[in-house]
Amino acid sequence: MIHLYSALIEPFAAYGFMRRALVACLALSFGSGPIGVFLVLRRMSLMGDAMSHAILPGAAIGFLAVGLSLWAMSAGGLVVGLAVALLAGLVSRATSIREDASLAGFYLISLALGVLLVSLKGSSIDLLHVLFGTILGVSDASLLLVAGIATVSLFTLALIYRPLVAECFDPVFLRALGAAGSRYHILFLALVVLNLVAGFQALGTLMAVGLMMLPAAAARFWAAEVWSLFLVAAGIAFASGYAGLLLSYHLNLPSGPAIILVAGIAYIGSILLGRRDGIVKRYFPAPHHHRLPADTR
Amino acid sequence: MRKLVLIAILLALSPVGAEAKTLDIVASFSVLGEIVQEVAGDKAEVHTLVGPDGDAHSFEPTPNDAGTLGRADLVIVNGLGLEKWMERLIEASGYKGTVAAASRGVHPRLMEAEGTGVTDPHAWQDLANGRLYVRNIADALAAADPADADYFNARAQRYDATLAALDAWVRKEIARVPAAKRRVITTHDAFGYFGAAYGVTFLAPEGISTDAEPTAGGLAKLIDQIRRERIKALFLENITSSQLMQTIAQETGVPLGGALFSDALSPPGGPAPTYVDMFKNNLPKLVAGMQKN
Repeated sequence: MIHLYSALIEPFAAYGFMRRALVACLALSFGSGPIGVFLVLRRMSLMGDAMSHAILPGAAIGFLAVGLSLWAMSAGGLVVGLAVALLAGLVSRATSIREDASLAGFYLISLALGVLLVSLKGSSIDLLHVLFGTILGVSDASLLLVAGIATVSLFTLALIYRPLVAECFDPVFLRALGAAGSRYHILFLALVVLNLVAGFQALGTLMAVGLMMLPAAAARFWAAEVWSLFLVAAGIAFASGYAGLLLSYHLNLPSGPAIILVAGIAYIGSILLGRRDGIVKRYFPAPHHHRLPADTR
Repeated sequence: MRKLVLIAILLALSPVGAEAKTLDIVASFSVLGEIVQEVAGDKAEVHTLVGPDGDAHSFEPTPNDAGTLGRADLVIVNGLGLEKWMERLIEASGYKGTVAAASRGVHPRLMEAEGTGVTDPHAWQDLANGRLYVRNIADALAAADPADADYFNARAQRYDATLAALDAWVRKEIARVPAAKRRVITTHDAFGYFGAAYGVTFLAPEGISTDAEPTAGGLAKLIDQIRRERIKALFLENITSSQLMQTIAQETGVPLGGALFSDALSPPGGPAPTYVDMFKNNLPKLVAGMQKN
């Protein structure tokens, strides 16, 4: 028992930064887990990655204008991320180019602009380190930001839950709704950007996408309904955060990559062992479970 | 007639004689450049390759720097392995003149770097060495411009007196802190000579390095160290991000001690634009930190 305590709980009891990191993981899990599920269901899985790059110049502008301010950098990232998402959506509706192609175009422009801005100011402090937070250095302010964004995100999702679910199974549903449909779509894009901004404060951009997409993709192998997908995704995300922090503590690994790799292991494990459509279930049905259908779908 | 005017103008513009000669000197980094300027006065133009706030250890020279070096009358370096890039830069620039090492005669210390002991180049952090620098620089200047040797020697003597007084002040300030409390944790690895000369123990932070991603285990180790050693004099810089420094300060209840200058000066108008100002900036911060220990 003593060993278990010192291995699993003591690091969090002894160090405030471990507790804050864990709470940040919890907030991130409940914010981005559900968003990730919708991205997977709407076949927009790569969108998160693209948007995370699009955020960079906004954060850089915020830093250059105001200095090291959490709020300025988040607001900058939010504005530029939304602008890229909106422009991509508008262009795809006004012309014949598809939304993914137009998004790729705009996010690449944005990314190049971001790298340019970062290197212009690249003097004594490493701006990339400033822009990409570390979960070990979560301040009270960024904890509030992350928790606030998770809250806003959950409430907004509750409001636009029905049209979004409909869109998942009928990809032209929102377009058919016309203006109202566009509003839901834009609101959803705003949530994606908002959660990425929260994640990049805590984990860094690429890590933020990892915690958004990997648990959501893994959840697909365990749950069927949208609400249960939410729960499984958020649960896997938080468990990855907890396990990743412990690995980072005991084995001296960088914490961001450790968390995402645990989420990655959860994803691969789900592919293999998942109750729904997992490889083992599909190709090696258990002989003792004849009475249950191998695939509950 | 036009030709004559041209010749007259050229004569007027050219240096008149040895007395008014202005040396073109290249110094490797900001601290050294300022000391050289102090000794050379207005008889030399000093170009500093690694400017204020720049890192002399990992400097990447530009073609422009090679040009500056190629036109120089005298090159002054710190030596002791600080400017590893200098040899290749001199080769590239075609400079054939003297390269004077300001640290000549310094009793070298060893420091830990990448797991092995190497010569610690930060000798200027001991003011006794700083006075040696002044002597060496004055000699090098006098050799390059013998006509102004008296001028350089006089300036060197005056500057030496300033440094001697500063050295006495540093010792007096340190003496205000009880010997057992003279302990500091800092990411600066440049205070070896300072510590040896003035009796202060400088501990490197455990667990965290400046060039690797931070780990939870490493951060915990550093926090343990601060708690165990009961050290309140904490001078952490460039630990990946300021966020992380805030975390450490919050966790240990130890406020960060502020910015020390160790191997580069600040730009003019900053807290440490000269060699003397560097000590005047660092000492109160170090003393205030150590007194809280």
